[in-house]
Order: sequence, then C-alpha cells, then structure tokens
Amino acid sequence: MYIYDEYDQQIVEDRVKQFRDQTRRFLAGELSESEFLPLRLQNGLYVQRYAPMLRVAIPYGLISARQVRKLALIARQYDKGYVHFSTRQNVQFNWPALEDVPDILAHLAEVQMHAIQTSGNCIRNTTTDQFAGVAADELVDPRPWCEIIRQWSTFHPEFAFLPRKFKIAVNGAVADRAAIGVHDIGLNVVRNEAGEIGFRVLVGGGLGRTPIVGSQICEFLPWQHLLTYLDAILRVYNRYGRRDNKYKARIKILVKALTPEVFAEKVAAEWAHTKDGPATLTQQELDRVAGHFSAPAYQPFSGDDADYLAKREAEKGFNNWAMRNVHAHKVPGYAAVTLSLKPTAVAPGDADDKQLEAIADLADQFSFGELRVTHQQNLVLADVRQSDLYALWQACRKHGFATPNIGLLTDIICCPGGDFCALANAKSIPIAEAIQRTFDDLDYLHDIGDLDLNISGCMNACGHHHVGHIGVLGVDKKGQEFYQVSIGGNSGRDASIGQILGPSFSAEDMPSVMTKVIDVYIENRTPEEQFLDTFKRIGMAPFKERVYAAAN
Amino acid sequence: MQRLIKNGEVVNDSWHLLDKDATLDGLPNSDSIIVPLALWLEHSHALKARDGGLGVWLDSDEEVESIADDLSQFQVVALNFPVFSDGRNYSNARLLRDRYQYQGEVRAIGDVLRDQLFFMQRCGFDAFDLRADRNADEALESLKDFSNTYQAATDQPLPLFRRRA
Ligand code: HEM
Ligand code: SF4
Repeated sequence: MYIYDEYDQQIVEDRVKQFRDQTRRFLAGELSESEFLPLRLQNGLYVQRYAPMLRVAIPYGLISARQVRKLALIARQYDKGYVHFSTRQNVQFNWPALEDVPDILAHLAEVQMHAIQTSGNCIRNTTTDQFAGVAADELVDPRPWCEIIRQWSTFHPEFAFLPRKFKIAVNGAVADRAAIGVHDIGLNVVRNEAGEIGFRVLVGGGLGRTPIVGSQICEFLPWQHLLTYLDAILRVYNRYGRRDNKYKARIKILVKALTPEVFAEKVAAEWAHTKDGPATLTQQELDRVAGHFSAPAYQPFSGDDADYLAKREAEKGFNNWAMRNVHAHKVPGYAAVTLSLKPTAVAPGDADDKQLEAIADLADQFSFGELRVTHQQNLVLADVRQSDLYALWQACRKHGFATPNIGLLTDIICCPGGDFCALANAKSIPIAEAIQRTFDDLDYLHDIGDLDLNISGCMNACGHHHVGHIGVLGVDKKGQEFYQVSIGGNSGRDASIGQILGPSFSAEDMPSVMTKVIDVYIENRTPEEQFLDTFKRIGMAPFKERVYAAAN
Repeated sequence: MQRLIKNGEVVNDSWHLLDKDATLDGLPNSDSIIVPLALWLEHSHALKARDGGLGVWLDSDEEVESIADDLSQFQVVALNFPVFSDGRNYSNARLLRDRYQYQGEVRAIGDVLRDQLFFMQRCGFDAFDLRADRNADEALESLKDFSNTYQAATDQPLPLFRRRA
C-alpha cells in the first residue's frame, strides 16, 4: 500500500487548513452559497436531502485497517454510526454537520486520508480492479499506475474547473473488473511483444443520461508517456468540451461529436508539444511507487490446502461461501475473500461502526492489515491463507459479512436513491430489499449463477443500471415512482449498454417482474450458459412477451 | 483606481479595460488600454500606431492561437472568467507561457475569486484583477495555500517526482 512521505502528508495538511478557512469564511458570510459550492464540492461535501454528505476518497479502493478504524471513529463521533461504500470505491458519510467537516478532515489526514476531488468538476478518484496485485488472471499490476495518476491529478491546476466530472479507471487483468469501458478515460495496462509496459487508452465512456462505451484512441502508449498523454487529453477536453449544457458537457459528448478519430488527432497534436518533456515518467519514480505495492511476506505453500478442501466437502454452508466469496489468488495456498455488504434488508454497501472495527480486526488477523473496496459495494481481504478460510468464514458469519452471494442476483449494486439523495426520481433501496426477499432460496440463487443486478434512483446512474445484466432505473411519472427495466448490460470486457425491456413498472410489481425475467432465462439456458449468454442468444422478445403478457 | 494583485503584491492598476463591444471612436492616444480580441483583429494597424500601452483580452471561448503571432505587441494579455467555474482560460494561460513563451503580464479578469488564485498562478497568471467586491489584501494569503505540488505546471515545470529528495 502506498505510504505518504513528508510531501504527500504536507499537501493533505495544507488542504485541511485551507478548507478550515474556507468554511470559516462561508459561515461568517464572506463567501456566498454559490461561491462556497465548488469549494465544498472539491472537498466531497454535498448538501443532500437531510444533511450534508461527505464523500471520502479511498484511492483505487485500497484501505488499511488503521484507516478503517478511523472511519469507525468518525461514524461514531460525527455521524449516525455508519458509513456507505459506493460504486466509486469511495465511502460516504450521510449526516455530518458542516461545521464539523474541517475536524473530520483533520482526523482523516492523521491516517493519510482526505476528501480531495471526490466530487465537483475535476478529475475524480481513480478506480481499479479490487483484486489488483493478487488476481490469478492479472497481466500487469495496475496499482502503481493508479498511484502515479492519483498524484498527477491531485490539485492539477489546469483541470480543477473542467466542464464536468472526470473519471479514470485502470485495469491490468484478463477480465475487466474496473469497468474501464464506461469511464471518461479507461486504461488497460498491457505488455507488448517485447515485454514492455504500456496502455491501451479508451476515452469517452460513461453512464448517466447518455450512456456510451468508450472508444480506443491509442493502442499502445509506452508507460513513460502516461502523464503527458493524459495532460493532452484533458487539455483538449477542457478547451473544447461543451459548457453550455451540463448534460452535454461530458467528454463522451465531445468524442462523439468529433468522432474518436478526430479526437485522437487533436490529442496527438497537443501531445506533440509536451511529449518527452519534464513530465515524462522516470524509471526511478516507477520503482519508488511500485516499491509500495510489493508482495507481502507470503508463506510458501505448494498447491491447495488439504484441510480447506476437506472442510468444503464436509460443510455445505462453508462450501457455498467458498464458491461465491472466495477468489483465486496468484500465490498457491492463498485466496482473496469478499466480505458481502449485501445481506437482505441492509442498504447495499452500508456498514456500522462496530462492523468497521470488526472488519479492521479481520484485516489485521487474516490479510496483512489491508482491505479493498469493490465497485459492487463490498469489501475484499486480498491475501488470506487457505488454511485460515474456515476461521475467517466463522468470524464473517458472526459479524454479518458471510452472505454467500457475491456475483449473484442478490449482490445488488444500488445507489442511495430517494431515501437519501436529493436528485432521486424514486427510491432504490426498498426495491433492492424486495428483490432480495423474493430470491431468498440460496440453492436457487446459486443455480441462477452470475448475474449483475444494478439499481439507480435516477438517470444519473450512480447504481450503474445501464451496465447491469439486469438494470433498474427509477423514473418519475406524474409524481409517482416507477421503474424501468433494462437487460443485456455489461461492465466487463466488451462492455455494453442494456436495452430497455419496455414500459415501466410500479414498485410492487418489481419482484414478480424479476421472477419472470429469471424464469425465461432458466427455461431457455443451455447448461453452460450464464444469463448474459442466453440473453445474447435469444434476444429481448421472449423476456418482453413473458413480462408484459401477465400484466395484461 | 482599481487595485490589482501583481507579482504577489497589491498595486494600483493604471490600465484601462475596454468593453467587448468597444470601437476605435474616441480612443485616447496615450492611455494604456486592454482591448477586446475582436477590436484587435479588426484594427491592429490603428492600435499599433497609438502611443499608449497596449494589451488584449480574450474571453473564455476565444483561442490564444488567434494572437499567437502578435504576442510581441502586447504588454498585457488578460483572460476573462465569465464565471469562476469556467476553466478554459487555465489552459489558455499555460499555452501563452509554455508554448508561445509569452513574457508579458498574464492577467485574470472577470469572476476572479480568492480561492482560484493558487491554481491560476500555477498556470502562468501573474496578475489578478479580483471581482470588485473582494478584498485584495486578504486574497494574497491564498497564493500560499499549498507548500508543494505534485504535477508539472507553468510555475514549476519539474513534477514533484523529479524533485523528491
Ligand atoms: C447521494 C448523493 C449523490 C449525488 C447527488 C450524486 C450525483 C450524481 C450525478 C449528478 C451524476 C451524473 C453525472 C453525469 O452524468 O455527468 C452521478 C453519476 C454517478 N454517480 Fe452519483 N451521486 C450521489 C451518490 C452516489 C453514490 C452513493 C454512488 C455510488 C453508489 C455514486 C456513483 C456514481 C456513478 C458511478 C455515476 C456514473 C458516472 C458516469 O456517468 O460515468 N453516486 N451522480
Ligand atoms: S442515481 Fe440518482 S438517485 Fe441515485 S444516487 Fe445518483 S443521483 Fe441520487
């Protein structure tokens, strides 16, 4: 994990001081509401339905036990005792008082955390694969690159007032667990035939009102040029992105208007001036940063742990959990484990202060004191010995993280929706809960298999509904809450945007709609097909027929 | 006289900023004036023939490329922020300094607020004409908001990774 040196630490402390003074000036009436707005947004502070909401950065989802304990303390002292993990691998506090935020930031700075650029029209927290560094299918570890991007983007003076928010995601594995296709910039770290590292660069992806999958503008960018190339992309966007209409201000609209080819030419022309300049990355810097992500002191094992395999045979509950929540690790004898934050009837991604303390203890006990936040709103212990899995499972059961549903229908991505968010058209948390209750048979859930169900309370798409295999979008019809269903979205490799099933449904209908959609899949699938495969093969019509037939 | 932050101090400003729709009519010969881009593009000969100081100002949707060949004519290039959240002129300032090596004054005008000054100075602005209702002496503080920075910019062409001890 990256550890701050005196420079990094000084920068976050300067920030706390700066924001303390900005808050003071606002409270003293020296700054108007509209002048304070971008300042507080650049510090992750929204004004929400009931109270301000503070979004704290978890750079590329990596967090230490010590930092988790600090979040627990803040939740207890300044909030209602819980936090919310978001699809951007960040964490949100829903009830802090504005006056307290400078103190909260000071607490965070003590453990090398902050809320810098977690909102506002700037470069946001860079995200990546939650299994970065340990995944069995990884080609290049994306974490050093994420950290290099974090530093470059932190208080980038030229890009603090972009036309709109700007998100970068990095993936280095065969599978894409970072959803790089639906980010403003998606970076795939790759090796060329000579074994050199570089980036395949996608631009112009994004969800929200106009969902688009990004286009490739560079097939192989040698790593030394990463920052100058990013500067060039951002400069073209900053200068030519639309500013007259906030819905058309994202880079995806510019890329689409120009065409990806012309956009790429503009970037290349801009880059020609800065390429090989002083911002060109050095081997020394790469080594310094990569040194923070070297492997922990793994014990040597050969092959799988016999006792672990025997316990899986013996105990069905453990085996279910191992099947869904335990993931392949590149080091023999180790596994990565997802702690499910999706038990039925808890808002997806919520954890209270006691759970946070427990999570921190589990990380210390089982995984070198580190955790990752997933964009599916769960947590990961990345380096667990197989021989410890049974003990970890029991501990997880005790604290409520052992729901064996990772990647299944009930592992729902869900935005806060109408319960918390001022922009919502409809509630989303109760819909998630109703569906979880309907699909409460574990064997059936496991039989249905991998399925992303994503729910957003409005078209801003914080719940990634467009890229859910099944997506649910809250819509408002004459003041009433309705839900539009889409099918066929995918955030992984070959990302795709879901197609709308048809007219929307009332909240009460949602569980039965979901049941019908699943029934059509079950009846039509071949033994090896997952939901998405069957949908691709049979298309929308059978789903439409079933769901709307019954309603008539 | 308007007070201006210039090179880290508050000074009196003797320049006269012309409106966007200004014409040549009645222009005093010896005042120092900052003219809108359109006036410059149309009447550069007449403007060059004057005795007074000459500057030009660009709005946020105007491109510095359009004055790239004329830069030696201007003692001041002012870049306008119609609203503080319009960030285009951060890029324009950097282009003036980094690409065209412009050595004269680069002045921020319009909706210029204290909390932007740190970023602006990093992009090559050296003069700040704060919004009229703001206190320039207090705003000076913000030029020192951060004691270090990560990335290369106009004020510090070496990124921190080339400077870390
Ligand atoms: C509760 C306060 C929140 C507010 C006011 C809010 C606001 C917004 C808005 C306005 C957009 C649309 C951006 C655009 O299309 O340009 C958006 C998108 C998004 N938000 Fe939120 N959001 C909130 C909470 C969340 C939460 C809790 C999450 C994670 C669970 C989240 C993650 C996202 C993501 C992933 C997008 C899609 C971005 C894209 O288009 O690429 N937001 N949000
Ligand atoms: S999708 Fe809409 S309702 Fe949900 S959090 Fe985002 S802005 Fe709020």
